[in-house]
Amino acid sequence: MHSTNLATAPLHQANYAPKTFDLSKITLREFNQALHNVKDAAGESNWEVLNPKGSHAVAVGAEHAISIDVQGSVGYYCGGMNQNSTITVHGSAGPGVGENMMSGTIVVKGDASQYAGATGRGGLLVIEGNASSRCGISMKGINIVVRGNIGHMSAFMAQSGNLVVLGDAGDALGDSIYEARLFVRGSVKSLGADCIKKEMRPEHIAILKDLLDRAGITDVKPEEFSRYGSARTLYNFNIDNADAY
Amino acid sequence: MSYHNPPTTPRKSATFDEYAMSEIRRAAATGIYDIRGSGAKRKVPHFDDLLFLGASISRYPLEGYREKCDTTVVLGTRFAKKPIELKIPITVAGMSFGSLSGPAKEALGRGATLSGTSTTTGDGGMTEEERGHSKQLVYQYLPSRYGMNPRDLRRADAIEIVVGQGAKPGGGGMLLGQKISDRVAEMRTLPKGIDQRSACRHPDWTGPDDLEIKILEIREITDWEKPIYVKVGGARPYYDTALAVKAGADVVVLDGMQGGTAATQEVFIEHVGQPTLACIRPAVKALQDLGMHRKVQLIVSGGIRNGADVAKALALGADAVSVGTAALIALGDNDPRWEEEYQKLGTTAGAYDDWHEGKDPAGITTQDVELMKRVDPIAAGRRLANYLKVMTLEAQTIARACGKNHLHNLEPEDLCALSIEAAAMAGVPLAGTSWVPGKGPF
Repeated sequence: MHSTNLATAPLHQANYAPKTFDLSKITLREFNQALHNVKDAAGESNWEVLNPKGSHAVAVGAEHAISIDVQGSVGYYCGGMNQNSTITVHGSAGPGVGENMMSGTIVVKGDASQYAGATGRGGLLVIEGNASSRCGISMKGINIVVRGNIGHMSAFMAQSGNLVVLGDAGDALGDSIYEARLFVRGSVKSLGADCIKKEMRPEHIAILKDLLDRAGITDVKPEEFSRYGSARTLYNFNIDNADAY
Repeated sequence: MSYHNPPTTPRKSATFDEYAMSEIRRAAATGIYDIRGSGAKRKVPHFDDLLFLGASISRYPLEGYREKCDTTVVLGTRFAKKPIELKIPITVAGMSFGSLSGPAKEALGRGATLSGTSTTTGDGGMTEEERGHSKQLVYQYLPSRYGMNPRDLRRADAIEIVVGQGAKPGGGGMLLGQKISDRVAEMRTLPKGIDQRSACRHPDWTGPDDLEIKILEIREITDWEKPIYVKVGGARPYYDTALAVKAGADVVVLDGMQGGTAATQEVFIEHVGQPTLACIRPAVKALQDLGMHRKVQLIVSGGIRNGADVAKALALGADAVSVGTAALIALGDNDPRWEEEYQKLGTTAGAYDDWHEGKDPAGITTQDVELMKRVDPIAAGRRLANYLKVMTLEAQTIARACGKNHLHNLEPEDLCALSIEAAAMAGVPLAGTSWVPGKGPF
């Protein structure tokens, strides 16, 4: 893919904004450049991306509150480092959807592959299907809501934010977790190092209710979830804890 | 008359030497491995084991003070719309805010800028001091992603994806709780005072095929403007370089085992990875085999100390070098003026490496507000600039003596080796012979 010199694609005019972008007719570079050329979301109507056909890095680095509907499935890193925009993938997403997103909303109507929301700092990532392994890895403030199940090693080294799972969680949930909150409605196959089940207090019910509302989920109650988080025993190295590593 | 059995001289073991025994005692007392900063301290074949031949009847030297010897280097010519042009082929390596104090980071930026070269962030994000005082700043993209955000990506001059480093190829980082101040904690999205562990693998890609897609994503986010470096530790330099090129890197940064770290296990530093000298030729060979030598630039780091080291690294095929430990020494690290305080810490100037404890008398590897006042960023930046200038002049002196009007024109044929090991690693003849040991596939 590097043999094509996409860097010189002739798209420099500001607010280049046809509302439909057909990736079978324009390049990924042209689409993302158009997205970056937007300096003000005011007046922008909904954008639509056709024929993504599993393309990687679709709609990465958005900065403004544009609503983007991607009609089909995407490859790696869709919506990476998103700020403010609302991206809806009407299909499934490959690895790293919403990686390091800062704000805004990403909704995946299908399933998500590995590392969904990795290192995300803010915003809301909703996966209406299942998420694979390492969902929310190293999350740093993002909110992730998964309607289905999540795979193994999810929320590994999760630092901050909330991961909500309506289904089940795989092995080693929350391994080496810091301060992120994990809410799981179904079963947890196993917990990772230093991750424990915690009491659901009223403030957690309130957080959960808000997240479910924002994700448009009305058919489950916050009280049906269990909360998991850090036991904080590995925060400062102690030789007596060496077996935990 | 009694038979007298003459005593033998007390003999200490070469195997169980003073250091080995002290480490056994330390381990027995504490039950934990030793953590320290800096790079490998053991003696390994290095640039000192190489010599330049100089000019003679078959090579004409350049006049030292009259004939120009160019030192510029352009990095990122493969794909980036905005390559970096440096006046000297010596950059400042990535060192984090958190590991280093704010004034120390500022001094690095000032010194590099005065010298027309770049400095590099580290595992802790980009600080305003650093961005403000570095005309050319390389932003590291690390497994931890501490402080990572698109604004900083876009205001960087280049992006360095860190896969590994020479001090600990295959290892992550560790910043102990005592160095996690409020500001460091905020930048890393962690509670104050807890140990901060940096992952050893990136969270969202594995292997060269994924890396290619990760590089595509970063290029798309930054509109293909920024040079993208890939930094690897000196593990398998031929294949790592080839795979970085395959993945789309503009620049490969290769860090040998003498390259420093803020903190990791002593056993890791001393026993994992290859010496810098052993890494360069395989990496250059990989570039040559792919037809990418000088198209994808190679930056070599790990134990660069003077202009001779610079010239030797370039002669072996590097495009530039990078200094970390040496830059800290130029700022004032391990300076004998603090000897009394080093003694109180149980060490001595020149040996202090407990950088992770945050008690650095020189005020460089600390977050202690009183200690860091000892670093005057303007004066320390000037010292760094002076040092970089001296290294450049030294390298030019050698290059002219070899008849080269650009440092990049130095070549392996300008070198010989003092030991069989160095000859084999550097791929140059043993001095006084035409023998290059170990020639063959890597």
